[in-house]
Amino acid sequence: MARLLSSRWAIVLGLGLVLAALPFLFPSNYYFRVAAIVNIFALAAVGLNLLMGYAGQVSLGHAGFMGLGAYSVAIGATHFGLHGLAAAGIGAVLSGLVAFLVGRPILRLKGHYLAVATLGFGLLIAMALTNEASWTGGPDGMGVPRLEVFGTRLRGPDTWYYISAGVLLLGVMLALNLIESPTGRAMRAIHDSEIASRVAGIDVASYKLKIFVVSAVYASVAGSLMAFLNGHITPDGTAGFLRSVELVTMVVLGGLGSIIGAIAGAAVLVILPQALTIFHDYEHLMLGLMIMASMILLPRGIVPSLLARLRGGKS
Amino acid sequence: MSISKGFSRRAALLAGAFTVSAGLSPAFAQGEIKLGAVLSVTGPASFLGDPEKRTLEMVVEDVNAKGGILGRKVRLIIYDDAGDPNQARTFATRLLEEDKVTAMIGGSTTGTTMAMIPAFEDAQVPFISLAGAVQIIQPVKKWVFKTPHTDTMACEKIFEDMKKRGTTKIGMISGTDGFGKSMRDECVKVAGKYGIEILHEENYGPRDTDMTPQLTNIKNKAGVQAVINPGFGQGPAIVTRNYKQLGINVPLYQSHGVASKQFIGLAGDAAEGVRLPAAALLVADKLPDSDPQKKVVVEYTKNYTTRTGQPVSTFGGHAYDGFMIWKEAVERAKTDNAAKVRDEIEKTKGYVGTGGVVNMSATDHMGLDLSAFKMLEIRNGDWTIVQ
Repeated sequence: MARLLSSRWAIVLGLGLVLAALPFLFPSNYYFRVAAIVNIFALAAVGLNLLMGYAGQVSLGHAGFMGLGAYSVAIGATHFGLHGLAAAGIGAVLSGLVAFLVGRPILRLKGHYLAVATLGFGLLIAMALTNEASWTGGPDGMGVPRLEVFGTRLRGPDTWYYISAGVLLLGVMLALNLIESPTGRAMRAIHDSEIASRVAGIDVASYKLKIFVVSAVYASVAGSLMAFLNGHITPDGTAGFLRSVELVTMVVLGGLGSIIGAIAGAAVLVILPQALTIFHDYEHLMLGLMIMASMILLPRGIVPSLLARLRGGKS
Repeated sequence: MSISKGFSRRAALLAGAFTVSAGLSPAFAQGEIKLGAVLSVTGPASFLGDPEKRTLEMVVEDVNAKGGILGRKVRLIIYDDAGDPNQARTFATRLLEEDKVTAMIGGSTTGTTMAMIPAFEDAQVPFISLAGAVQIIQPVKKWVFKTPHTDTMACEKIFEDMKKRGTTKIGMISGTDGFGKSMRDECVKVAGKYGIEILHEENYGPRDTDMTPQLTNIKNKAGVQAVINPGFGQGPAIVTRNYKQLGINVPLYQSHGVASKQFIGLAGDAAEGVRLPAAALLVADKLPDSDPQKKVVVEYTKNYTTRTGQPVSTFGGHAYDGFMIWKEAVERAKTDNAAKVRDEIEKTKGYVGTGGVVNMSATDHMGLDLSAFKMLEIRNGDWTIVQ
């Protein structure tokens, strides 16, 4: 019991308290919006961290799944008159299915080859969203009808902050459970040595595929939340290559194999550009310098490196 | 930000939840006039955002040097969205909630503009967009205006010229990027109105390097009297070169999207004889003295090129027009109250800007007509105005 408290439930409880306390510090809706975006990207980063940090597989096309989730909501509501939540659910299932289908062949690849294959996948999704203009509105994007639940229209950044916080908390809980389960241990074994895991009787291909599907569903839900929050989506803004790179950066910057790290990485990358506007023309320079500095000084990522220092060890 | 400050600001926000729509309190009104701008200064759309930023900074400096508007200084707050609609929306919220601007000029691309519109409609603050697509102002949104011409107008200008020359059957090759796609759709929509029939259509990706196969298809289509190429960036230059290489001898029409000296440079000799619609700003020195826009475009061109050392672009001109329309509206309203300024922007009549003569109304939040475009032909590597 004590061990349980010290590990995953402590993390969930702590995160829940922080998410509940933050609104008291927010002077305006602007803060709610930034925090909601942090939550959404954190959710996608937590999912991607399962794949990258625990199973040790790279995906440079993860924004593709965000795009699927976002456009499912927009297209489902606009073209089929579906309820937003149903459309988001369909998007999540669809993303999982797509991940299952493309994951089978591409997860056979390793290292750079896998990175390139996922990169190609992400580009394909972005291209399809851009070119199928009759469905997606083309490169200028399309509007997303406001979500209505029990006759109430969900609008405003504060509402979406609480919703995204709830979903993030749920996502973190599920991810922690997964890591502590036999699947999680198998994943970490794969990360350390695929050959050794195979010898130990772990079905490497099937575990990799499973975790790829799970992380795709995380990204898809994040994409759907983004669509609801913004009310307008574009292919580049949701599924673009730079978005994929941003997700990978969040995971690596925050700390591979650390759930809280993924959240910290998302928070840093979303908040920094807002905070750095005081540097005017030099904001991008500052952003680059700070990311470089953190990678040099905290090489294992923000959270794992800091934890190691706190415990007195060398990072 | 400290907690206590946060609390007091939050309380103020709650207490005056509708001050945004009803205007700022009198005590506050005598300070600076806050004008917001979210522009794509960096990133893939920086060719739009950069001249827009330089222009706004330039005109605000000039206005403040002359004592500001209504005796109050203008404080310009610019944020760079790097072309990302999500980021643009966040900055829009920041302008409204944190900086409390009373008007906004910006939105370099259609994507960022569309993402920001709900924020300004909700907060009831006027928003003058600098992006092209017609969907920004159709259907009319109460708080949203725009200064650039629409792609529909570019199509109409081209079709008008074709009609004058007796051309009725055309081929079309368009880019699949946002600009090309949007203009292609508009051209298809208005072609019938001018009795133009599109016999054959092709398209190309924004990064394609050879359009010979598509153009060969158009060449082999019997009865094509002219070809129109809605597109942006390097694509149209390649189309122009391939067009010449294939020896297609019917006229080629390009869009206002390539109205820059760079296009002539890229297309080289092949650009000879290409026709395109463009804003008066591009041919400032070639306008006849009788042209009402002559004065404003020559002045803006001179001011911009000497101050920034950059060649003038129509995009900066859009920002200039947006600022001037807003400034005149504030002067007429004698306040920067958002609702009153909005009403005055809508009443803009006879404003002569770099983009044309603007006459807005409740049903037209752009206010430009076809006279805003000049039909140009490229001769000897330079623009010539054709009537």
